[in-house]
Amino acid sequence: MRREFLSGNRAIAEAAILSGLKFYAGYPITPASDLMEYLAEKLPSYGGIVVQFEDEIASINAAIGASWAGVKAMTATSGPGFSLMAEGVSLAVATETPVVVVDIMRAGPSTGIPTKATQSDVYQARWLAHGDYTIPVFAPWSVQDCYDMTIKSFNVAEKFRTPVVLLSDANIAHMWETLYVREPGEVEIIERKKPSVPPEEYRPYQPGLDLVPPMAVFGEGYKVIVESLVHDELGYYRQDSVTYREMIARLNEKIRRGVGYIYEQEEYWVEDSDAVVVAYGSTARMVYPVVKALRQKGARVGFLRLKTLWPLDEERLWRALSRAGKVIVVENNTGRVYLDVARIAGSARTFFSPVITVDPPKFNEVMEAVARWL
Amino acid sequence: MALAKLTLHPLDKYLRTDRLPHIWCPGCGIGIALGAMLRAIDRRINEGKLDRNKVVFVTGIGCSARVSFYVDFDSAHTLHGRAIPFATGVKLANPSLEVIVVGGDGDIAGIGGNHLLHAAKRNMDLFVVMITNFVYAMTGGQLAPTTPLKVYTTTTPHGNPEPPLNVVKLVASLNANYVARASITTPHYIEMFTYKALGMRGFRFLEVISTCPEVYGRHIGLRNPVTMFEELKKRVKYKPNPVIDESDIDWEKGIVIGEYVVRNNPSYLDLVKRG
Ligand SMILES: Cc1ncc(C[n+]2csc(CCOP(=O)(O)OP(=O)(O)O)c2C)c(N)n1
Ligand code: SF4
Ligand SMILES: [Mg+2]
Repeated sequence: MRREFLSGNRAIAEAAILSGLKFYAGYPITPASDLMEYLAEKLPSYGGIVVQFEDEIASINAAIGASWAGVKAMTATSGPGFSLMAEGVSLAVATETPVVVVDIMRAGPSTGIPTKATQSDVYQARWLAHGDYTIPVFAPWSVQDCYDMTIKSFNVAEKFRTPVVLLSDANIAHMWETLYVREPGEVEIIERKKPSVPPEEYRPYQPGLDLVPPMAVFGEGYKVIVESLVHDELGYYRQDSVTYREMIARLNEKIRRGVGYIYEQEEYWVEDSDAVVVAYGSTARMVYPVVKALRQKGARVGFLRLKTLWPLDEERLWRALSRAGKVIVVENNTGRVYLDVARIAGSARTFFSPVITVDPPKFNEVMEAVARWL
Repeated sequence: MALAKLTLHPLDKYLRTDRLPHIWCPGCGIGIALGAMLRAIDRRINEGKLDRNKVVFVTGIGCSARVSFYVDFDSAHTLHGRAIPFATGVKLANPSLEVIVVGGDGDIAGIGGNHLLHAAKRNMDLFVVMITNFVYAMTGGQLAPTTPLKVYTTTTPHGNPEPPLNVVKLVASLNANYVARASITTPHYIEMFTYKALGMRGFRFLEVISTCPEVYGRHIGLRNPVTMFEELKKRVKYKPNPVIDESDIDWEKGIVIGEYVVRNNPSYLDLVKRG
């Protein structure tokens, strides 16, 4: 472990290298381009390759292909490019392909404001594509968090054979902070489970007890089938409800069952509070000092930061929130994660208090948003 | 026992025979193209030039793309139009693999057209086979980029107002190392060109003119598979060294098949010094 001074995007790149990234595919877009530029410089010396593709559609599909050739793969983009990746993400879901997609949120819709951050795309991260699925979404709030949650994203992608979205934003991407980076061997790096049976007995989509099928890749003699159509355990296309139900149930359930591993929240003064403020990502950075200041003035208010946006550990979140009389959700959008928190908070009264701004939220703005409901 | 052996086709060893019968209509040309490709692969394998476990078929979506269902190699049936970028990721992640893309004219040159031209521009180390049946067959007969002018399709019921795309000419204008055209009426050329392409580096492109009696045949009044085959056969002319200006597909003047481009430009992998 050593101390470094990095930007959020560079921290993601460094953590990806440590996690074993070998293939990066991308298309330039603010505020994600510098992540690719940094990797283009560094990854080749770690035996990896960075390719600028013709668009984000090619990028996500190439990353999925690389993963099937046996390497860890990643792409990074922002809202407009992420929209183009929708179908690719659904392919990764259906084919259970480990791949990390970094989305550095800017202001949308459409071309929006490329250089400014909001939290407008959290539902894009959750349900970008067609189909009935669940994929993990992580929301770092600091450079250290970018680093740690990138490692976690790769681990979750490999462990559950799923695309993972790491959801940063323009504020965090270009903010420089000190952080601790790890040396190889200092942190657990998970690799996908390989088949333990010979090729003749291998069924590419037959799950283990964790509902995740062991993954043979191209070139190993397993005659792998990557199938984007609805398929049975052999990877054969089926058009019946039984196969469809089984496949969809398992794709969702493998993530839900993994919630204990995937989900993280951070609590500050939640135990003894009458009101709890819920926030995540760059907005949470200002909620923390606001709640601290309110406590210094004697208010019994706590702060809960979501590190994982989905899947939520509803039980854990409920336990933390239901004790409080009030729950205030502060987001830089018109109320997205609020909908889930309001549903889960139990008997607490829930308030949505947006801070909609394209600049990093100011102390007074957040104070006003929180104090209004106390 | 002996009888069971006799019923095996020599190429069955490369097919997932448990998935047969295939979905292709009687008289469809795709199976002929696949058979010829498999014979070329078989030759390369028998010569020890190709490892069967290193062959990967990547396809998009369409009748032609269904090839990935039946080949007993590593195979990927991906998204409509996205086989080339998927295959590029595969090849760059493991350059020891021989990555073969098969797709329809809509898949490869329509929705996937931008990927096609960029892969050719990069001289990416892939072998791409495009099955031209002049129509979107799987979805029931809509306009393809290769559909000839004035032809009826279900989305151009008053006749196609757009001149067709000559994909051979397009790819030849880029940095591809190999550009050839064959027809399912000349399977030996499909086999010969596939065999040759499998021994080369860089971007290799083969257009296979095919018959779709079920959909395209209906559109042009050649619903009978045998008639359609014969009408195509009449028009196909092999030339040993065709020039690119002869490559326009013209039902009246004929369809010139042959090897349009054979180059030895450094491939993408050569230039990034991998594999
Ligand atoms: C993104 C997307 N758009 C549309 C479709 C529907 N679709 C499936 S196959 C196809 C066209 C196939 O035509 P072609 O590639 O020429 O293959 P053929 O069936 O003629 O062999 C289309 C439009 C799809 N699967 N995905
Ligand atoms: S619709 Fe046409 S291309 Fe598709 S299988 Fe039938 S004949 Fe072949
Ligand atoms: Mg077609």
